[in-house]
Amino acid sequence: MANLIPVAKTVGVNRLVPTISIPYPLGDPATSKEEQFKLRYHRVGVALDAITTDIKEPQLFKVKI
Amino acid sequence: MKGILYLNQFFGQIGGEELADFKPEIREGLVGPAMALQQELGDEVQITHTIICGDNFIGSNTEEAVETIISMLKGKEMDVFFAGPAFRAGRYGAACGHICKAVKKEFDVPVLTSMNDENPGVEMFKKEMYIFKGGASAAAMKKDIKAMSKFALKLLKGEKLLPAAEEGYFGRGMRDQIWLDPPVTAADRVIDMLLKKINGEPFDTELPIPKSDRVAIAPSITPEDLSHMEVALITSGGIVPVGNPDRIQSASATKWGKYDISQTDDLVKGEYMTIHAGFDPAAANNDSDVIVPLDAMRRYQKEGKIGGVYKYFFSTVGTGTTQAEAARMGKEIARELKKDGIRAAILTST
Repeated sequence: MANLIPVAKTVGVNRLVPTISIPYPLGDPATSKEEQFKLRYHRVGVALDAITTDIKEPQLFKVKI
Repeated sequence: MKGILYLNQFFGQIGGEELADFKPEIREGLVGPAMALQQELGDEVQITHTIICGDNFIGSNTEEAVETIISMLKGKEMDVFFAGPAFRAGRYGAACGHICKAVKKEFDVPVLTSMNDENPGVEMFKKEMYIFKGGASAAAMKKDIKAMSKFALKLLKGEKLLPAAEEGYFGRGMRDQIWLDPPVTAADRVIDMLLKKINGEPFDTELPIPKSDRVAIAPSITPEDLSHMEVALITSGGIVPVGNPDRIQSASATKWGKYDISQTDDLVKGEYMTIHAGFDPAAANNDSDVIVPLDAMRRYQKEGKIGGVYKYFFSTVGTGTTQAEAARMGKEIARELKKDGIRAAILTST
């Protein structure tokens, strides 16, 4: 899970899930605790689904929030 | 001709680790290894100045150190610039690389340094400058200085230069068209190679393919398996228990830590923090789950999507960390996980 996706790709990460920033990848402190958790829960879920997904080449997994 | 040498605080005779915060200084004449360098260069090149800077100072204030040193060099006569030898000293190697790169850019003179192949500075800078293959410690000083100065003289006199491997520096990935002496056509050379290969004899390819460090794509795990499995959390975002018990460096890390979260559901403020020096730590110090998403993982555990969360999370700092160091730490962490039968991990980077 990374914010700098191009860097993560360059160093060879195979399953990539985008995060929202460098200092707070999984929860914007300008939003409420509930919203932060919702975003984090969603994106971690995408990462867990990525683990169960067969891929042939490095893949960026899409997030909804 | 004139040359200038860069040294760290130790070889610049300022002091050891306790003086590694020493700010850049320029001295007229020869300090420490500059004398040996002068001896090797003889009358052809005069080393006029020695620059000295603490490894920690340049490590944590790279831009400031480089700017200061560049301004010190302005107006000085200089035909060649040397740094080190840095042997296996990582911070010193990186410092030599940073300075050589900046000097090359600003003054466009040849820059030369020397490092051991284990020095992370080699990977970082070998494409951009001549880094001679040096010894592991200062015991190799004389030999390493000799290699650098011999090549510098060839370079300055415009003599014919041989390929990197023959001159003794790390290959820079540059190609050059040369005439073979005696001339042997490509067709003859390739047949020679083929015959050697068939006969099981050693041969050298003329087109070395750089080793690719790609990690193969891991096969997927079925959702069913995942629901019975522990998943590990890893981060390069510097999350540690408050107090940083393993003293992981805030930049250019060479250490990682593992921290027991078997009884923890949430990385709360006051117990966990980040020591990463590459971003504003406010958000992560306030709630470290924004980097190590333990609370969300616990929710998935409760819901049965995963069997659990591995009892330790792993942490290091990604800023300034070389790929070689990162790869080593990654391998060490992977070994720990495999030992405990862990097959899946989420790594959050910052």
